[in-house]
Amino acid sequence: MIGALVAGITGSGGASLSSFESISSASGTGSSGTITLSSIPSTFKHLQLRIAVFASAGSCVIRVNGDSGSNYARHVLRGNGSAASAFGVASTTEAASLFPGGISSTYADVAIIDILNYGSTSAYKTFRIFSGQDFNTSSGYLEMTSGLWMSTSAINSISVINASQNWTTDTRVSLYGIKEA
Amino acid sequence: MPAGATYEPIATASPSGTSDITFSSIPSTYTDLRLVCFMQAVSGTLQPALTINGDTGTNYSNTRLVGDGASATSARQTSQTEMTLSNSATATTVPAIFTADFFSYAGSTNKTVLGVASADKNGSGHVERKVFLWRNTAAITSIKINVYGVNVASGSTITLYGIKAA
Repeated sequence: MIGALVAGITGSGGASLSSFESISSASGTGSSGTITLSSIPSTFKHLQLRIAVFASAGSCVIRVNGDSGSNYARHVLRGNGSAASAFGVASTTEAASLFPGGISSTYADVAIIDILNYGSTSAYKTFRIFSGQDFNTSSGYLEMTSGLWMSTSAINSISVINASQNWTTDTRVSLYGIKEA
Repeated sequence: MPAGATYEPIATASPSGTSDITFSSIPSTYTDLRLVCFMQAVSGTLQPALTINGDTGTNYSNTRLVGDGASATSARQTSQTEMTLSNSATATTVPAIFTADFFSYAGSTNKTVLGVASADKNGSGHVERKVFLWRNTAAITSIKINVYGVNVASGSTITLYGIKAA
């Protein structure tokens, strides 16, 4: 996806510069643990969500369209700084549960989340997630996640949720749309 | 939205020879940065490494996940003087691709970076993912790609992109 974009930028064919567009973004308020980007237009082919989150503690999960039912699944490849591991979760309540080292108010927890064919009304939705956190001397985690939302509805909102703490004002969630030719 | 307003090339270099590359005067007008390196060595062991804002102190750490075709491993490094994009050497006969995504690079928090290194040498190879931390709250204004005197092949390219949120 980005390869096609770069090809367009460098003039060797493919997408044009305007095929990667900012849709919306939001910052943490310090008074809520949920950031929702809603009213996502259906005019793109794929979405990319880029997040850098901060909070005093807690966790970070991704849901879409406000669905908190057991309609998601995921597989994860994880590195914790000493070993690699892999696992899967079926019939769960979020597309991703990120940052196993917890959330920091000092060091950003970051992720790039690609959602393919988000506007389809006939297929389930697949997420490709690259996430990481490094807390200097204390810990670090790196994860590759494939997420699944078992719904044929078009995605029109995405929520980044910390169930126990508020996102601080340094938190940034940005949504981009990627067009096809 | 006008074309090019969201994902724009800031600077491009075509390294050839043994010189390091520095992108300086990086504007603060974007939300994130993305560095894309396509590199091959003429000879020697190429392991490009980044230093930010000229900082060569022990202010970098990283956690990595590596697959080498036989096994997957993970490791950490603290108190580093740079961000080594790959701990596996690039071959002289095939190029490698390195990317680094800098989040909230112009903000006033410590900087976290996601890196990817990919190289296949037809029989060996590696794919490497890294998360880097630069313990500094200054805005990033320059990025140096250190090659440590390794002779970089002609045709290698390094491009820095800016990604701007709404």
